[in-house]
Amino acid sequence: MHPAPSVIIFTVLSGIGFGLMTFLGLGAIAPTGWGAFGYFFLAYALAVGGLLASALHLGNPKNALLAFSQWQTSWLSREAWLSVLALIVMGLFALGAVFFGAHVRFLGWIGAALSIATVLATSMIYTQLKTVPRWNQWTTPLLFLAFSLSGGAMLAGLPRLAALLLLATGGLLVLHWRQGDTRFGASGSTMESATGLGRIGKVRLLEPPHTGKNYLLKEMVYVVGRKHALRLRWIALVLAAMLPALNLLLFPAGLGALVVAVLAHLTGAFAARWLFFAEAEHVVGLYYGKR
Amino acid sequence: MTQLPTHTDKKLGLVIDLDICVGCHACVVACKGWNDQGYGAPLSDQDPYGGDPSGTFLNRVHSFEITPENGPAQVVHFPKSCLHCEDAPCVTVCPTGASYKRTDDGIVLVNEDACIGCGLCAWACPYGAREMDQAAGIMKKCTLCVDRIYNENLPEIDREPACVRTCPTGARAFGDLADPDSAVSRSVAERGGFDLMPELGTKPVNQYLPPHPKDLDGDVDVLAPLLDIQPEAKGILGWLDKLLGKL
Repeated sequence: MHPAPSVIIFTVLSGIGFGLMTFLGLGAIAPTGWGAFGYFFLAYALAVGGLLASALHLGNPKNALLAFSQWQTSWLSREAWLSVLALIVMGLFALGAVFFGAHVRFLGWIGAALSIATVLATSMIYTQLKTVPRWNQWTTPLLFLAFSLSGGAMLAGLPRLAALLLLATGGLLVLHWRQGDTRFGASGSTMESATGLGRIGKVRLLEPPHTGKNYLLKEMVYVVGRKHALRLRWIALVLAAMLPALNLLLFPAGLGALVVAVLAHLTGAFAARWLFFAEAEHVVGLYYGKR
Repeated sequence: MTQLPTHTDKKLGLVIDLDICVGCHACVVACKGWNDQGYGAPLSDQDPYGGDPSGTFLNRVHSFEITPENGPAQVVHFPKSCLHCEDAPCVTVCPTGASYKRTDDGIVLVNEDACIGCGLCAWACPYGAREMDQAAGIMKKCTLCVDRIYNENLPEIDREPACVRTCPTGARAFGDLADPDSAVSRSVAERGGFDLMPELGTKPVNQYLPPHPKDLDGDVDVLAPLLDIQPEAKGILGWLDKLLGKL
C-alpha cells in the first residue's frame, strides 16, 4: 500500500496525542493551571494536528462533514465521531484543570475511554480490510493502542509505565511482522482464485491491461523500498521501543533521557508506520502478477 | 446509505465469457467513451500524449497465460469491471454515504456530490474496480451504464451497457442474474459460471464463464494426415532413405 505521508503523520501524531489525553483523563498525572495548559496544549496540538494532516489526503475535502453520517457501518465515520467527542469531553475536563484547578473525575474517565476508542477506531479502518491480509489480524488494533499509550505515557512523564508500554509495543511490533508475513499466504487469495482459472492450471500474467501505470498500481501495489524492509524493521524496533525503554529504565528521573527517548520513539514510530503501509500487500496486485 | 440492502429485486450484472473474448479492448474504449460524456465527472487522463500516460478506466482487460499440468498452455483475455457484489465491502466502509447499492436493481453507485475522495472504498475492493479520478479527486466506478439501460431516449437496442453493446464477439452479456430464466442466468447454469475471489465473501453478481479446455491429445497435429512421417520407411522408400543417408 502506498505510504502516504499525510496518513503516516496523522496516525502517529494523533495516536500519541490521544495517548497523552488518556493519561490526563485517568488522572495518572493531575496538573493544574499553566502546567495543565501545557499538557493539554501538547495533547490537542498532536491530536488535532494529526487529524488535519489526514484531511490532506482527501481528494475532495469540501464534503468532509458528511463523514459523520455513516457511523453505523463505517469505521472511518466512527473515528470521526469518537475523535470529536473525545476532544469535546477532554476539552471540558481541561477547562476545569486549567482555570479552576479541579479534575472532574467522571469527565476524565469518559474522555480517556473516548480517546482509546478513537485510536481503536483508527486501527479498525485498516484491520477490517480483508483485501490487505497483513492488516487483517488481531495484533493491528493492539499495536496502534500500544504506540498511542507508550507515546502518551512518555509525554505525561511516567517513565516506568512508559518503559513497560514501550516493551509491549516492541513485542507487538515483532508479533505483527511475524504474523503479517504469513497472512497473505494464509488468506487463500492467489492469481488462480482471482481469475477463477486455477481449474485449468497455473496462471501467469501475459499482458497487463495498459503498459503505463495506473491509480491501482500506485495506490495498492506499492513495492518501492521493500528491499530495505528488514533493515527498517530493526531501525523501527530499536528506535521506537528498545532504546527509549532502556533509557527510561536506566535514567527514570532524567529530563534529558526523556527527551532522547521521545525523539527516538518518534523516529522509530514513523519508520514503523511507513513499513506498516509499504509492506502491506493488496490482493488486487494478483491481477497484475504482483504482490 | 452505506448499509447494504438485505434483498434486491433484481441483480443486474454482466456475464463475461472467457471462451470468446479475443482481448480487442473495444469494451475498454467504449466504456471510456460513454462515461467521459455522460454521468458524473469525466474520466481524466494524465499526460495522455506524453512519455508517461495514465488515466481513469472503469473497465480493463488483462491477459493471462494458463499452463495445465498436462497439455499446452492457453491464453485467456480477461475483462474486469465492477462486479456489483451483493456483499459489497466498498459500500460499508464509505464514511459519507456516497457509496450505495440500489435496492431495486442491485447496482453499486457513487454519489459524486457526497464523495470526499478518501479512497477507502478502493482499498476495500479486492478487484480494483474503483479508481480515484486524479483530476476530479472523486471515486469513479462502473455504473453498469445506468444512464443507458433505463434511457428511453436511446433506441431499445442501445439500452445496455456500452461495453456489452460494443463487444464484437458477444463475450459480454447483460441481464438480471436474480431471474433464473434470464439468458444470462441460463448461460451461467449451463457453462458453470464462477465468482472471482470467492474466498473473500463478496458474493459478486457478475459471473465469468470458463474457457473450454484445449484438447489434451496434444501430440497429434491437425496436419498429421497430410504428413507422411513414418519411423521406419519400408520398400523402395526405405532403400532410398538408406541410400540418401549414406551420401
